[in-house]
Amino acid sequence: MKKSALPDPFAAARLEKGIGHMNDQDDPVTMILRLKDLRKTAHNYKTFQSGATPGRIVVPSEVNIRDTRQIPFELDPPEHTAYRAAVEAWFRRPLEEDYTRALTGQIEALVNEVLQRDTVEVVSAFALPLQSRALTLLLNIPEAEAEIWISWGTHVFRSEGVALDGDKASILYDYIDEQIDRAIANPGEDLYSVLLASAVNGKPMTREEVRGVMILTFAGGRDTLINAITNSVAYFAEHPESLTRLRNEPEILNRAVEELVRYFAPLTHMGRVVTQDTEVCAHAVRADSRVSLCWASANRDAAVFDKADEIVLDRKLNPHVSFGFSHHNCLGATHARQLLRVLVATLAEKVASIDLLDHQDNIEDLDQFKRKVGFDSLTVRFHAR
Amino acid sequence: MANITFITTDGTSTTVSGNSGSVMELARDHSIEGILGNCGGVCSCATCHVHVAPEDVRKTGEASEIERDMLELDDNADEYSRLCCQIVVSDAIDGVVLRVAE
Repeated sequence: MKKSALPDPFAAARLEKGIGHMNDQDDPVTMILRLKDLRKTAHNYKTFQSGATPGRIVVPSEVNIRDTRQIPFELDPPEHTAYRAAVEAWFRRPLEEDYTRALTGQIEALVNEVLQRDTVEVVSAFALPLQSRALTLLLNIPEAEAEIWISWGTHVFRSEGVALDGDKASILYDYIDEQIDRAIANPGEDLYSVLLASAVNGKPMTREEVRGVMILTFAGGRDTLINAITNSVAYFAEHPESLTRLRNEPEILNRAVEELVRYFAPLTHMGRVVTQDTEVCAHAVRADSRVSLCWASANRDAAVFDKADEIVLDRKLNPHVSFGFSHHNCLGATHARQLLRVLVATLAEKVASIDLLDHQDNIEDLDQFKRKVGFDSLTVRFHAR
Repeated sequence: MANITFITTDGTSTTVSGNSGSVMELARDHSIEGILGNCGGVCSCATCHVHVAPEDVRKTGEASEIERDMLELDDNADEYSRLCCQIVVSDAIDGVVLRVAE
């Protein structure tokens, strides 16, 4: 097995039963493993709700560490539709030329820097700074602010050996409160100010709602992008031929990024709260219990994907669900896709090969399943072209 | 060269021409309202949904199983629905009329 491979721990359960079970802090979760079942469940927001107690649809549950509702993520239509519409244009800015140019500048500078070093620990010295600096573009604030976020380390919500850590989470929440205060005192062109000045259904967004959007923006894009970036580096370290191919066939860049995102599934799953007794995949689920939409399993569903466990760099038809499905598709997906496109293109252009020197897998404990989602650490040496 | 007409939800009709790539890319290049193409054309996001004029279905062909599965749950979908990232621009589709779904 290659070190960059992410095995599919759901294969047998997906085929045999279509569901799995996880007990999370005494609030059990029925995991939905097949792509078609997952899509139906994701689409049915009335029976499978996002607008439950804040934090409950996240697995592991965050109900004990926050009261703020993440917006628009923890709302259902029609409220979700109105809030999503209010923030949509801002989160599509990554498609603008200036944004892409700035992102390219950041990524080229970082790649040039790691090419000069003897060895690089990718999670802390490449993925985290890259994700943090790019987030300054999404928030439209000075790049220097990223140094604060980098200093928090890779896990804002987790300590070593502890699934969730309220004290660590409060660092982020306190920071966001300070930034909202600053934006109220001195409005600018940043996301905080834009949200404070925006209205939904004719009413100005409240401070608590702005807080909810900002927590989502920080939390949703952190571990996910760090995993995607780190896994990409590991993959190219073990597949130098893919770097060569991307250099020679730049037209496959978009397909390659979508395929990496399918295979990595940087977020394993996301929950919903069941509003009435019903069935998923012919299994009964009770009202007020939880189900999860297991993106990582659905992306390996052999009923839909040929060679599901392989990275097929130019996969043409790729209906993966790494960015979710239906109403709740990832708000940060445009930013993430643009970042990964620029990263992969830059690696192909500048890097000849990558030596994978040392690694520590990051394995999620999902009770019935243990899933490798990325790396706790990955030490490599980059070689310039 | 193929001329393709898009009718957006507000009734605006725009005819554009192209000779390569996908219809989604052509629409995006011409900023056709309602065609986002978020996933870049791999049939993963369903943000390029169009209804093909019934008389033009013989030119565009019908949706593949993967496309139909993507559209199955969409309230706006019907038998003429396609994800236009899966329609290749060529002379064969010259003159088609596509109604943008969203």
